[in-house]
Amino acid sequence: MNSNPTDLTLHEWSDLIQKREVSSTDVVRSLLARIQEKESKIHAYIRFDEKAALEKAGHLDNIPTESRKGILWGLPISNKDIICVKGVETTCASKILSGYIPPYNATVVEKLNGAGAILFGNTNMDEFAMGSSTETSAYGVTRNPWDLERIPGGSSGGSAAAVAAGEAIAALGTDTGGSIRQPAALSGCVGLKPTYGRVSRYGLIAFASSLDQIGPITQDVEDTALILQVIAGHDPKDSTSLDIPVPDYRSTMKKGVKGLKIGLPKEYFIEGMDVEVKQSIDDAVKVLSGLGAEFVSCQLPHTNYAVATYYILATAQASSNLARYDGVQYGFRAKQFSSLVDLYFQTRGEGFGEEVKRRIILGTYALSSGYYDAYYLKAQKVRTLIKNDFDKVFDHCDAVLTPTSPSCAFKIGEKMNDPLKMYLSDIFTISANLAGIPGISIPCGFSKEGLPIGLQILGKHFDEATILKVAYAFEQATEFHKKRPDVRRAEGSKL
Amino acid sequence: MLYETVIGLEVHVQLKTASKLFCGCSTQFGALPNTQVCPVCLGFPGTLPVLNEKALTYAVMTGLALGSEIAKESKFDRKNYFYPDLPKAYQISQYDKPICVGGEVPVDIDGIKKSIRLTRIHLEEDAGKLVHFTRDSGVDYNRGGVPLVEIVSEPDLRSPKEAYEYLRSLKSILEYLDVSDCNMEEGSLRCDANVSLRPVGTEAFGTKAEIKNLNSFRNVEKAIIYEIERQKKILEDGGRIIQETRLWDQDQSLTRSMRSKEEAHDYRYFPEPDLVAISIPLEKIEFLKKNLPELPHIRCDRFMKEYGLSQYDAEVLTAEKNLADFFEKGAHCSKNAKALGNWIMGDLMRELKLKNLNISQSPVSVDALIELVELIEVGKISGKMAKDVFMNMFGEGQSPKDIVQSKGLSQLSDASELESVVKKVIQENPKSVEDYRSGKKNAITYLVGQVMKVTKGRANPKLVNELLEKEL
Repeated sequence: MNSNPTDLTLHEWSDLIQKREVSSTDVVRSLLARIQEKESKIHAYIRFDEKAALEKAGHLDNIPTESRKGILWGLPISNKDIICVKGVETTCASKILSGYIPPYNATVVEKLNGAGAILFGNTNMDEFAMGSSTETSAYGVTRNPWDLERIPGGSSGGSAAAVAAGEAIAALGTDTGGSIRQPAALSGCVGLKPTYGRVSRYGLIAFASSLDQIGPITQDVEDTALILQVIAGHDPKDSTSLDIPVPDYRSTMKKGVKGLKIGLPKEYFIEGMDVEVKQSIDDAVKVLSGLGAEFVSCQLPHTNYAVATYYILATAQASSNLARYDGVQYGFRAKQFSSLVDLYFQTRGEGFGEEVKRRIILGTYALSSGYYDAYYLKAQKVRTLIKNDFDKVFDHCDAVLTPTSPSCAFKIGEKMNDPLKMYLSDIFTISANLAGIPGISIPCGFSKEGLPIGLQILGKHFDEATILKVAYAFEQATEFHKKRPDVRRAEGSKL
Repeated sequence: MLYETVIGLEVHVQLKTASKLFCGCSTQFGALPNTQVCPVCLGFPGTLPVLNEKALTYAVMTGLALGSEIAKESKFDRKNYFYPDLPKAYQISQYDKPICVGGEVPVDIDGIKKSIRLTRIHLEEDAGKLVHFTRDSGVDYNRGGVPLVEIVSEPDLRSPKEAYEYLRSLKSILEYLDVSDCNMEEGSLRCDANVSLRPVGTEAFGTKAEIKNLNSFRNVEKAIIYEIERQKKILEDGGRIIQETRLWDQDQSLTRSMRSKEEAHDYRYFPEPDLVAISIPLEKIEFLKKNLPELPHIRCDRFMKEYGLSQYDAEVLTAEKNLADFFEKGAHCSKNAKALGNWIMGDLMRELKLKNLNISQSPVSVDALIELVELIEVGKISGKMAKDVFMNMFGEGQSPKDIVQSKGLSQLSDASELESVVKKVIQENPKSVEDYRSGKKNAITYLVGQVMKVTKGRANPKLVNELLEKEL
């Protein structure tokens, strides 16, 4: 057994549980011990219920082996604070949802429960998933386990940091403009945004409905495949989820990349990109070429418009999605108000943070009468062009390879007062959300400062199998995913 | 100056589905507040709408019946505004791609047929209801998410009467389609009216006022009458109408300003991203078209032709589907459909109304009415006796034959039986006999009356007349 048990991956733990070498209670205890050591430094979680997790683990352990169903039996999966778990306070890291306890489970939660997993703790995030650094959380910033002075990425920064620090074996994140892939890259994890419509959004508290997707953040590609296998598939409760067969990712991903054609979009390899990032990607191309993949240059000519398009569509939808937080039905309500309209003003004024307010105002403006055509409608048209770009590339390519983030993790506070600069953190990830295609980020190198660098692989609609194949082949040929941050090494924990 | 009234109506109709438009909650009327709600219709964070197929089908049927074009592609949009009864702070409605475009509603105004064009018919969800107490207010979300179709007319209506007739015709068609209860007390049919005036002979529309909250046909008529007078007065005094939304105050019978154009909502419509676009297969449209029930105006024409009814009678009998069905069930086997119709429209409707019953609750079956008509036809009872028989039928639910039998009501049509009575009456009323014989032919009515009196009304008056003439 590994000398440091909490470094085990989901599938490694799973094997041990299946063989009855460890119990689910052992796994949860080991995780709790790790959290006790590290959480004060990282602040990856907003809340977790130690007792409930142990109770559930004990319950699962008591079920005889022959009655056990599900490939995630007894395994704790951490949850981003934006996915509803029945009876567990869920706040989107916002004051305005404080005290809100969902009366129902998200579909992904139902599916994970069905596979025997234990929903464990709610991870920190940017408020309502708006941000790229986890600094906009009403619960304080999460620190990057590779360098505690730096941000872990965002908005699923809590999930990525928890996985990187060994405070989670695997976690759920959500990705609206890169919120799974970018923090995975900056924290040295694997993060997958599935095709829009592949995973049900039912129970995911909406930021931008036409862009949001739930996906896993894990320690390796196999774990990502394992979780995707469970959460993917049509849901009658989500009209936008498609009824398309879910392949067996774990076996298909192992088939190698020989003969695969991978596009390198020239718009993603531009001046100003971090040299170390560029170098790592070049190296990755060499590794994959060596494995038999063929690389071709390709073009995604509307890439330049992606960030602008995204910030129109996402903020407009957010302004509408967040309108329900008015202090009438649930969550936070201002203590003092003089009239109904004042109740709205005071509640929303006090309840939302700066970034959320900024985006609501942007979105409200973009939709307001007289501006809809110039902004929202136009953005929808550009979105179609961006989608068409990808369709053209995928006519002759099986996947597209790009950096995940233009730079490594930045310092806490570095971009907080410059929203536009912050928005550019997602410049390489946003297009995939606009096009609705799947994308994965995997570790592909480290900077001189020891910060992780992420490689992004984008695929065709509903073709997660191919990008997992590329990711898995690369991972098997390299050691980057095995490197752990010092914070993880510093102290050990007992099983 | 003479003004012409221009009216357009927006009618909200609740569709008769068992569940709400985007979730499985019941739409039953009258439940305790907030007992028919779920996370979806309460707009809880993370929930998503799923379209009720039945509601979509009903909307398409409505469009087909009204001659609309069914959109090949349609979609839902969000209409954003803040109000406590709107849980998501937006209403899922349809903006630029309604499910049905165009169409028309046939109306008959004092015998003149007119066709009122429709702009569109779209689907949307209803909001909840505010309940005000002495100190504070509550919200009942039971109605939130209930499926509605909004039927928007062109400004084709020219008078309050036309508006009234339009609503009557529309309601009747919807009832025939069985897509709505059209129960105004329960709010399943509501109306907003756009009213403006323009000088007779001009084309351009005047500035309009929108009157909201009209919850009965009479109120629609009354509110429009009031509004016309209000606008006329302003125009005649040289003033200008301001575009605004007005509320109808039922208690004071007047319209009141609610908000002006300046404070009008900016609804920030945009496509609902949680629902995919709707495309209804052509086969489904064809199928629904083929299976549409016969509509009231068409049935009315057929009744006139087939049963020899007058336009008025046919209209009354076809206004309500259940009534028309009731009549037609009998008309098929009756030798005198016209007489049957008269009994239904006259005595039956009067008694039902008195007892506050609808036609499907009638204690008198159509078969019993046919029997009654036949008893009159064959001279077994007189029309006058039939009235009494009918009241017994209504009260006790017996068949007319049984009533006639048990009460010994059958008409005396036997000449030999009546002859003695006639002779007796002639003997006892020499004055009238004298009058008759001296040319006052009217005197015979008195003698007929006397015979009827002696026979307690059972004598066949026609026969009595004949016998008297013979004897005299």
